[in-house]
Amino acid sequence: MNSYELTHDNAPRAKAPAVQRRWSLSTRAISVLTMLVILGAWWLVTAQALIEPLFLPPPSAVLEKAWLLMTKGYMDSTLWQHLGASLQRIGLALLFAVLTAIPVGIAIGHNRIARGIFDPLIEFYRPIPPLAYLPLIVIWCGIGEFSKVLLIYLAIFAPIAIATATGVRTVDQTKLRAAQSLGATRWQLIRHVILPSALPDILTGVRIGLGVGWSTLVAAELIAATSGLGFMVQSAAQFLVTDVVVLGILVIAVIAFAMEMGLRALQRRLVPWHGQSH
Amino acid sequence: MALLKLERISAQYPGAAEPVLADISLSLGPRQLLVALGPSGSGKTSLLNLIAGFVAPSAGEISLDGVAVKGPSAERGVVFQDDALLPWQDVLTNVAFGLQLAGVPRAQREAKAREMLALVDLAGFDQRQIWQLSGGQKQRVGLARALAADPRLLLMDEPFGALDAFTREQMQELLLQVWQRTAKPVFLITHDIEEAVFLATDLILLAPHPGHIAERLQLDFGRRYAAGESARAIKSDPRFIDTREHVLASVFSQRGVSREQHA
Repeated sequence: MNSYELTHDNAPRAKAPAVQRRWSLSTRAISVLTMLVILGAWWLVTAQALIEPLFLPPPSAVLEKAWLLMTKGYMDSTLWQHLGASLQRIGLALLFAVLTAIPVGIAIGHNRIARGIFDPLIEFYRPIPPLAYLPLIVIWCGIGEFSKVLLIYLAIFAPIAIATATGVRTVDQTKLRAAQSLGATRWQLIRHVILPSALPDILTGVRIGLGVGWSTLVAAELIAATSGLGFMVQSAAQFLVTDVVVLGILVIAVIAFAMEMGLRALQRRLVPWHGQSH
Repeated sequence: MALLKLERISAQYPGAAEPVLADISLSLGPRQLLVALGPSGSGKTSLLNLIAGFVAPSAGEISLDGVAVKGPSAERGVVFQDDALLPWQDVLTNVAFGLQLAGVPRAQREAKAREMLALVDLAGFDQRQIWQLSGGQKQRVGLARALAADPRLLLMDEPFGALDAFTREQMQELLLQVWQRTAKPVFLITHDIEEAVFLATDLILLAPHPGHIAERLQLDFGRRYAAGESARAIKSDPRFIDTREHVLASVFSQRGVSREQHA
């Protein structure tokens, strides 16, 4: 053992535990604690009857309602059916968006002509809040499922296409040249170098797209639907069934959170090299 | 028999006032290890990019076995300074990449890749991820990948420039062993004078404004190492030191000239 190790052993270790103990709460623990405090405050103000249940029902009432909704249903459908309707819409929209936006994004990033065609189109409609063109979609395509899926599809398409194009444009020149000097054709370059290089960006695009798509979907269901989580919340609000409203909002939030976490996990799994080293 | 021929090559980037390379002629044949040495701005990277086919010359002709070079191809393998491996694939898949592109069946290309990994002293590294490798190991994988595709010649773009001094010496020795065993002609660019003198059978000194060949030398230190002499014995040989000092003086005098021209 040399002198460097000795000093390292004695001096810092004596101090370290004290510092460690003061900051021993992990960030995640702080987050959980915050949620618990909010839940506690909710319970407290309702249990003390400081707020009328019409405005804020107690947590217990919301839980009871949740059970009731899961077993008996609200507005002819159970919570599962509303949830299923919403998830089916966003699932279909996401599927079509991934299938079309990634090729379009690659074309934009890779090809001057494709960039000239798609760039203005996407940049034109992307900043418009989807609900602003929902009326036009309803006029053109009616009020059925197709309109809602189309609306969310459009909302998801732009972020994925733009992120893919960015990923394609920032592919490392050296990797492209390396593949070319190993005999790669144009298609092989896309398949083996460009697509994997852009994958982290594509997944980020999907994350952003899903976030936008989910909020668009719920908003669209508030306006024009006969099923779905948004519809459930809206119709409950009309009859001042506040516990269903609160429950619906919580479910919407939990689904959004789950999608975000799921995609982050997918990102860690699919692109473990990302951010490792260069 | 000359394999690679450059005849009166000039290169100029669009919009640039001065060509990066002017009137370069050289040839590279079997059993040769040609090193282009020069300061930054002397056009050595441009010269390699021309031979690799990444850029086209503005005048002159490049040919390999009498066939004009048009664009990159698997017959001219390239080892880059860094960042050229695919981090989403493991080491074996990276080395087999060229064969995969050529449609070679998996078992066959992986056998070849293992053979190349053994050649660069990385046997057993098959399943490693690229980001788990050190700088020297990455360059070995890059060399194995280029060799696995069985190119006619090997182009090396400052392959050891990003490595620490100790690893660099190891890699120079490894390169000479590989060069000896595969008998592939090598074209290597560097700005490290000792590296150039140690490796080269043919050394060209490039000078800037515009990039041109200022001097050509024929050396045998690399061949002596390949024949079994120790690297330390060669590098402490007075002839080696004389040559190194001569090249050093030559590079500095070229710089002096170019500075005067600019003043």
